[in-house]
Amino acid sequence: MLNVKDLRASVENEEILKGLSLDIKPGEVHAIMGPNGSGKSTLGNVLTGREAYEVTGGSVQFNGKDLFELEPEERAREGLFLAFQYPVEIPGVSNMEFLKAAVDAQREHQGEDAISSVDFLKLARETCKQVDLDPSFLKRGVNEGFSGGEKKRNEILQMMLLKPRLCILDETDSGLDIDALQVVADGVNAMRAQDRSFLVVTHYQRLLNYIVPDKVHVLAGGRIVKTGGKELAHELEAKGYSWLEEGVA
Amino acid sequence: MSDFQQQALHLAGQQDSPEWLADVRKSGAQQWLHAPWPTRKTELWKYTPLAPLQKSEFGRWADESAGKAADWQQTFEWLELDATRLVFVNGVFAPEASDELPPELVRFGDANADQKKVIEQHLGQIVDSKRHLFAALSNAWASEDGVLLHVPRNGELKKPVYVVHVSTPTETPATANQRLLVVLESGAQASVIEHFVSTEDTQNGFVNSLAEVEVGDNAHFYHYRINLEEENLLHVGGTHVNLQRAAQFRGFTIAQGSPLKRIDYQINHCGEGAHLDLQGVYLPRNKQLVDYHTNVEHKVPHGTSKEIFRGIIGDSAKAVFNGRIHIHPKAQKTLAELSNKNLLTSAKAEVDTKPELEIYADDVKCAHGATVSQLNREAMFYLQSRGISRAEAQVMLNFGFINELLKDVAEPAVREYLGPRLAQLFSPNSELLKHISYE
Repeated sequence: MLNVKDLRASVENEEILKGLSLDIKPGEVHAIMGPNGSGKSTLGNVLTGREAYEVTGGSVQFNGKDLFELEPEERAREGLFLAFQYPVEIPGVSNMEFLKAAVDAQREHQGEDAISSVDFLKLARETCKQVDLDPSFLKRGVNEGFSGGEKKRNEILQMMLLKPRLCILDETDSGLDIDALQVVADGVNAMRAQDRSFLVVTHYQRLLNYIVPDKVHVLAGGRIVKTGGKELAHELEAKGYSWLEEGVA
Repeated sequence: MSDFQQQALHLAGQQDSPEWLADVRKSGAQQWLHAPWPTRKTELWKYTPLAPLQKSEFGRWADESAGKAADWQQTFEWLELDATRLVFVNGVFAPEASDELPPELVRFGDANADQKKVIEQHLGQIVDSKRHLFAALSNAWASEDGVLLHVPRNGELKKPVYVVHVSTPTETPATANQRLLVVLESGAQASVIEHFVSTEDTQNGFVNSLAEVEVGDNAHFYHYRINLEEENLLHVGGTHVNLQRAAQFRGFTIAQGSPLKRIDYQINHCGEGAHLDLQGVYLPRNKQLVDYHTNVEHKVPHGTSKEIFRGIIGDSAKAVFNGRIHIHPKAQKTLAELSNKNLLTSAKAEVDTKPELEIYADDVKCAHGATVSQLNREAMFYLQSRGISRAEAQVMLNFGFINELLKDVAEPAVREYLGPRLAQLFSPNSELLKHISYE
């Protein structure tokens, strides 16, 4: 699904990722954990093609395609999805028109016709229920005035509508209470499938109690310094990150 | 005296001068004659050169045949609403395109004795024609082709008034003088839509348009000013409003540009506890100019003003926004807000924005802000990261920027009319517009 080899990336000429390698197979859930400033969010941003991030080395294959040959929207249409840590507010553009534009772009890419407005409204309302978001949020501006939890649920709503192949969750648990965390985790778990993979980026082990990973990687100093099973997350929770960071510097 | 000043006086001399309008015409002509012609050093005209007026010979008035030519009606679309429509073509009343008027509404020339009294009492009295040069010109050109809306005490106009000013090109460049007088007695309510349009042909005229509005105690007035003419039409316009005690004025205005498009809003809080709500959108592109000047005078206590203007400036176009709020020493407990946000969509686009707060009272709450920016990159990336193309994302965000104001427009017909027409300005490709909703 995703094959990252020796990836190097910079922001404003400062190298953040320093040779990161990662291999995610279809159906797998990988967790990336690490201390603040280790490059966790950078990975998601580089993979989805955010402008300010410059790739300086390495390669990424996504379903056999060179990811860096594709524009951000093309990556999305190929099935790459990032649930943002800080979803942006866009007043003036309704959530509904935004979601339909995204779904239609996906469908067009797959050679299908645009979904009818009636069908889409029905689908969007049903999906809202699944993430415990009142359908009135569809009429509001994109994320406009949403609480932190509502924004995260709106991300999961988008994920459910777009049905991506690889979902990157960038600290989706940050700022969520237990109930919201449960809703988000249920959404993700409902989406788990043989041909869909997840990359869960988190600082805390808590989320991984709800979304149980197949593999856990520790990112420190721009590289993966340790990989293990789900039990590694518990070990990190108990010991912190410092014992791993020492070996990096 | 400039060439244009002379031409303008010459034009005044060609008009019929009805006796009952003679005073306002005469004083207007005097002021026009003696006013220094604005230059780059004239503060009120600093960023807006009047050179386009000097380039043409405005030698005559349009004649009545303009309104009778059948083809002008085919080239633009009316707003769709249940309203009383009055149509003027190049400043000349076109009765065959207009509706039967309710008793509150009359063309100056058809006014009865009482209505003439109202006109004589207010015409040229609400506007400060010393400060506003082109108001002096409008006075000098005052004719019987003006509109009076006079709603008596506690009266409510059943339908909105829809005044359409149509411009068509003429063999030699023609001028039009357009005049509206609104007098709402205490407790009255009314709504007026002024729609400035033109045929699609290249225009060569000059329109001077002035509205004076007296909003009595507790009266409510809704006003819309839509300027979507072809991009060569020269236009100077103004809306001048007196707000009496607890009066309310809610205004919305939108303009595309031309070599000269200048629109003034002058709002005077004359009675305590009045409220102003004014929103504006300007969308110059190509080499157009749009200049909005607003001036709110808080002369008395407990007034509130809320003003929001937004512009998207593309290509080599230029916008000017000057928003002045003047709070007089007596105007304690005033609440005033002014916001102006601009989006530049090209490296050659320009905006000169200047919010001006002058506060001489100590117990007031005022806020103002102006921003100039490009499309929000975070928002662009967010849309693209969901598979939306760059081009469609740009269109959605541009429209969204003005839609924030559009969606609050009270009159649904104005919203519905403007939505798709404004979206088109951001792309001729309907594929990129298909997800925009105009609700």
